[in-house]
Amino acid sequence: MNDPVAMSRPKKGAAGMTGSWRTFRPVVDREACNACGLCAMYCPDGCINEEHEIDLDYCKGCGICAQECPKKAIKMEREER
Amino acid sequence: MAEIPKEEYLEKCTTACAGCTSSLTLRYVLKAAGPDTVLVVPACCTSILQGIYPNTAFNVPVYNIAFAAAAACASGMSEAFASMGKKTNVIVYAGDGGTIDIGIQALSGALERGTDFLYICYDNEAYGNTGMQRSGATPMGARTTTTPGGKTNAKKDLDRIIAAHNIPYQATATPAYPKDLYEKVKTALATPGPSFIHILAPCPPGWRIASDMSVAVGKLAVKTGSWVLWERKYGELSISSPSKGAMKKRAPLRDYLSVQGRFKGISDSTVNELEQAIEKNIAQLAKEEAGEC
Ligand SMILES: Cc1ncc(C[n+]2csc(CCOP(=O)(O)OP(=O)(O)O)c2C)c(N)n1
Ligand code: SF4
Ligand code: SF4
Ligand code: SF4
Ligand SMILES: [Mg+2]
Repeated sequence: MNDPVAMSRPKKGAAGMTGSWRTFRPVVDREACNACGLCAMYCPDGCINEEHEIDLDYCKGCGICAQECPKKAIKMEREER
Repeated sequence: MAEIPKEEYLEKCTTACAGCTSSLTLRYVLKAAGPDTVLVVPACCTSILQGIYPNTAFNVPVYNIAFAAAAACASGMSEAFASMGKKTNVIVYAGDGGTIDIGIQALSGALERGTDFLYICYDNEAYGNTGMQRSGATPMGARTTTTPGGKTNAKKDLDRIIAAHNIPYQATATPAYPKDLYEKVKTALATPGPSFIHILAPCPPGWRIASDMSVAVGKLAVKTGSWVLWERKYGELSISSPSKGAMKKRAPLRDYLSVQGRFKGISDSTVNELEQAIEKNIAQLAKEEAGEC
């Protein structure tokens, strides 16, 4: 690459698999969820899709989704590894 | 209100700390701006969290620039795009240290020149990237690594400094209210000339809060009146709806302070001073909205 200045290019995983940072993982209780979408709206890292599925390869385990869920449908469970 | 687009312009993931509300802010800024956008970023957490060279999580071009130069760079960029007949959004995305302390002269110059751009200051109230030293934006009473006993000076009133430039659009926001933030970025980008948005961005390590509390703390900032959401279009100020309720009946300031480790041990007299500053700010904004000043 002959870039005139040092240049990075967009890539998934540009900061590695950030899911490995987690000590707690979010687990969605489908029965309790009313599909309001607030968890996806507030995830700082955009790890929750429209079906309210969480991308555990990248979810950092911050717990905001669980904290903001009005139905208390997300539990943070300790990672076992 | 228009639907917020589903597109994300940040690839999973940045290296930001878990629970970083500046990352949450960026998600909505880029949703509002869309792909024809260039970010100008002076040294701050956002320079670092892009990823590891030669990869970046940012799916729009980012120009990383020296601290004091961001707004000057944006002026040149904006002129260059205009002369090429392009409508590309030029957005400076800078921290509080890079804005309120270090970048303020370049910012003032760009506002005075009438540069067509949007300057966003995301305010985590300290020099985050270098380990949380106090900045001009750190509130009185907050402990940082350079104010271990709590800061004794008041937070610099950036918004009134910016207001003195009489720019077409100015606003405050916080990502605890993402729709409000999104709408304001949209309005700013649709307004020709300089726009400025000051965004409160709670920072888990810096504010010594748990990573799951940063959005909740942003809401508390608004509910206690510590952070007032408003916008000023061509000189007309309006208080934004999340702050309307807070203006009438505020939650006790202690609710906001006591959840944050940085305010541990704050004295009653400092809390009083903070309360007085909130009341003064709210009274001034209410007067301006009513057209009394
Ligand atoms: C001229 C210069 N001085 C100091 C630094 C070191 N430095 C890099 S980022 C940073 C902190 C920036 O604070 P702020 O603008 O509030 O952004 P934050 O890191 O909090 O996101 C400092 C002091 C630098 N890069 N350049
Ligand atoms: S916030 Fe809770 S209720 Fe709403 S979609 Fe997410 S999991 Fe379901
Ligand atoms: S724990 Fe944090 S990073 Fe993971 S999905 Fe929830 S909000 Fe997103
Ligand atoms: S230090 Fe604060 S602002 Fe910087 S990346 Fe971490 S949470 Fe975000
Ligand atoms: Mg900062």
